[in-house]
Amino acid sequence: MRRRVFLVASLALVPWAGQAADAAALEAAIREAIGDAVPVEGGIELRVPAVAENGAQVPLAIVADSPMTEADHVTAIHVFAPGNPTPGVASFRLFPGLARAEIHTRIRVAEEQAILVLAVHGNGMVRRASAALKVTRGGCLS
Amino acid sequence: MSTLPSTPRLRIPARARPGEVIELRMLIDHPMETGLRHDGSTAPPRDLIERLEVRRDGALVFAADLRNGTSPNPYHVVFLRMERSAEISVAWTDARGRTARASARVAVG
Repeated sequence: MRRRVFLVASLALVPWAGQAADAAALEAAIREAIGDAVPVEGGIELRVPAVAENGAQVPLAIVADSPMTEADHVTAIHVFAPGNPTPGVASFRLFPGLARAEIHTRIRVAEEQAILVLAVHGNGMVRRASAALKVTRGGCLS
Repeated sequence: MSTLPSTPRLRIPARARPGEVIELRMLIDHPMETGLRHDGSTAPPRDLIERLEVRRDGALVFAADLRNGTSPNPYHVVFLRMERSAEISVAWTDARGRTARASARVAVG
């Protein structure tokens, strides 16, 4: 009986292929991006397909509300995929020369999850949005 | 500085009216290997473009720090308001410090 308990405990420690980043890794990545700021929900429109066929090439469009003037603009946009083996996707730096706080890109998605986006404004405010999607074929490990 | 063996593509309009917002589309062929992927029996080593920079007449307008979750053949689109003619230049740099560049002039008037 004791042996069986040991076996189960051991298996729990073995990493497996589909493993997502753990909550601590996501939290560390968020803190590295925005420090101690507390994100407020909203102010960002995210466009992703509800179901992505190819998880290696998932289109993502981000539009943060901002006039993008010298005095009032988004300075950074951080993208995380919490369900990937590592959560970091990209950190974008924006300058007032941009017409809008809008970025289109393509990302890797390992499995069904909610993509998380944080937009840092010049006054220190951080806005947050997430978008759930499913993938037919994971794009991180094969 | 050595050159990244990738083909960068920058698509922007050649002309714009004063104040017009133009779309910059940037694409570069690159595997963006994370080192986590297994391709049958082999695991391709980590090989990432880590930095993208967009400048207008030398001034930074957009930059990106790219991580594992960015797709192979990185693709980015941003929007610029053009008040006067300018040179748009884009640089992609990999983890080994190799850079690929593309540039184009937008005539405003």
